[in-house]
Amino acid sequence: MFDVLLARWKQGHRTMRYPAGPPPELPERFAGRPTIEASRCTPECGRCVEVCPTGAVGFGSAGHDVRIDTGRCLFCRACEAVCDAGAIVFSRDYRMAASRREDLVVRDAAERAAVELGEESRRLFGRSLRLRQVSAGGCNACEADTNVLGTPAWDLGRFGIQFVASPRHADGLLITGPVPENMRHALQATYDAVGRPKLVIVVGACAISGGPYADHPEVHNGAATLLPVDLFVPGCPPHPLTILHALLELLRKIPESTGP
Amino acid sequence: MSTTRTLAIPNGHAFAIADCPVLPIETFRQEVIDGVAAGARLSALFAFPADSGCLRLLAALSRADQGDVAIASAEVRDEYPAITPECPQAHLHEREIFEQWNVRPIGHPWLKPVRGMGARREAAPAVAHDGATEFFQMEGDEVHEVAVGPVHAGIIEPGHFRFQCHGETVYHLEIALGYQHRGVERAMVGGPTPRAIHYMETLAGDSTAGHATAYCRAVEAVSATRVPARGQFLRGVTLELERVANHIGDLGAMAGDVGFLPTMAYCGRIRGDVLNLTAMLCGNRFGRGMIRPGGVAFDLDARVVEELRRRLDLVASDARSAVELMWNTPSVMARFDGVGVVPLDVCRQLGLVGVAARACGAPRDVRDDFPYGIYRFTHIPISTWNTGDVFARAYVRWSEVKRSLAFIREQLDALPGGRVIAPSAGPLAANRAAVTLIEGWRGEICHVALTDGDGRFASYKVVDPSFHNWFGLAMALRNQEISDFPLCNKSFNLSYCGHDL
Repeated sequence: MFDVLLARWKQGHRTMRYPAGPPPELPERFAGRPTIEASRCTPECGRCVEVCPTGAVGFGSAGHDVRIDTGRCLFCRACEAVCDAGAIVFSRDYRMAASRREDLVVRDAAERAAVELGEESRRLFGRSLRLRQVSAGGCNACEADTNVLGTPAWDLGRFGIQFVASPRHADGLLITGPVPENMRHALQATYDAVGRPKLVIVVGACAISGGPYADHPEVHNGAATLLPVDLFVPGCPPHPLTILHALLELLRKIPESTGP
Repeated sequence: MSTTRTLAIPNGHAFAIADCPVLPIETFRQEVIDGVAAGARLSALFAFPADSGCLRLLAALSRADQGDVAIASAEVRDEYPAITPECPQAHLHEREIFEQWNVRPIGHPWLKPVRGMGARREAAPAVAHDGATEFFQMEGDEVHEVAVGPVHAGIIEPGHFRFQCHGETVYHLEIALGYQHRGVERAMVGGPTPRAIHYMETLAGDSTAGHATAYCRAVEAVSATRVPARGQFLRGVTLELERVANHIGDLGAMAGDVGFLPTMAYCGRIRGDVLNLTAMLCGNRFGRGMIRPGGVAFDLDARVVEELRRRLDLVASDARSAVELMWNTPSVMARFDGVGVVPLDVCRQLGLVGVAARACGAPRDVRDDFPYGIYRFTHIPISTWNTGDVFARAYVRWSEVKRSLAFIREQLDALPGGRVIAPSAGPLAANRAAVTLIEGWRGEICHVALTDGDGRFASYKVVDPSFHNWFGLAMALRNQEISDFPLCNKSFNLSYCGHDL
């Protein structure tokens, strides 16, 4: 008993002050939301497009305007590394989620995507959101960094958000992985078991687009091909701060003053 | 084992496929059975299409006493006499060959799909999806069956567990996986493509460094690329950080499963602190982007090394206070002792690897048995315990955490200068192969790469430690109370996607 109290004293209070205070420190080499400065781009270079493993980097309709689909991006920085002109730079901005799939595409001087939730849903879920997590082909990285939000430092419970064991107890699903064919039925059954109205949140490149497994015949290129999605959280895996920010923004729980 | 029948190669050395003798199937079968009986482990057994239009079987027998891998090979058409009846280690491998290539191992005692993936060869049988398959069943008064999954209660990957119970007692557990199958091995053929390294880093996301290292070593062997010393040191640091993070996380999770919240809460946080150390190396908490063919993609400057050292000391001190609390708490020890026992002879028969094997008293560790990279120069003592129970699997983890932390410090103190990555990893040589073994945090990771006449992958085999160890969990549950399943499961903490590929 004395040992337990001693350890408790030694370990101390660790819950971060975010979002009331500053966000936790991100690593120096953290790859957050990419930025594109098209004016630096060398016409007809296209090396960034060639090296991208998932086809996340491409040109827009004009044929020379580079854009990065963060829903497919693995944040491997291969495009940044080959761009001698410095047109592509991965910033340290962790705020990357969007409500609309098309908003995940980053263009020249693009603004940060919006996260929205209907008035009725916010009234219902704003103070208490219960989520059932379904890993459908996830590699356990997105799962692990979602799970970490339950540890004392992040303490997701203080926002009224909780992961529950049964879809019957849940207000929505948080899905990871590219959704293998072998998991399609189980995912659909879990979705059907959640009472209406319900939310679907997809976390990570796999769940958004199939990630590195995109267009494999064994998978369904993510959950959005099968279910209506309310929130997209990019990353491979997203940093826990990216996931937390996305959830808090969805529920409008971030004070105006808390910037990066 | 005669040396003319098999090809003996050191861990991670390339060889010409033509140098591997093709044996008559009976001889091949006997080589595997005799090799395993003599103490070797069946690290890999798989099939790939041969030029003759047949299928070629290839077995990689790792021989710790000789520190090498014996490669045996044979050609088969539609069936061959199963190895499993005389060598249980072959059980899942042969089921996999049956499923992937529609080759029937005649006499296999439990021939059913491994992943429900459909065969890669024409005339494939229709293989059921969704785990819809027959299960071993027990009959009798008051016997009942409990089905769990694929979607589980926590934030974990999917799998299906079928328990045969009488009252609270589990007589048999059958584990049906395959829900995570994403087609990695199939997609590797014809590569390496730009996605190859990303398949490896997401093969089992918590073993990013482990699988990436096994892959890079295979590529380096086949392309004759030399990793600079500094790159080897930093790979070692990355691999051991991965081990420390996962072991600390597991210790916390095991505490949580017996309702001991202090250790659970502290370890959950400390695990994150260790992941953040990995993120200091490469920006990603799981080590994505760090390990690349030829070395590592990121170097450390003196300032980062100093900061790593400082934070490692904090982790070591916090972890000690959090974990040692468990050993001093009788209510925790009462739940760990004697639960989920795997006897040493079962461990040997099944060919268990990693923590699960060392907890049974089998001193089995690739870093020591088949040293590679930095482990050729710096030795980490093997941690074992001999009770084979949940306590043993917890205690071995803690011992490894301490030794890995000491190892990381040692490397940081002695970082050699120079490059961290070879100037360029050359093209893959044609018609060559390599078997790489590494000790991931769960145990032995085995990759086998074979190239075709154009230097592309003709076949790429991945054996995650979980592939060997899931059956160990099933055996640990025999005659246990079903309520001990979560604790036993956590004490193994195996990978679903690593198994399903």
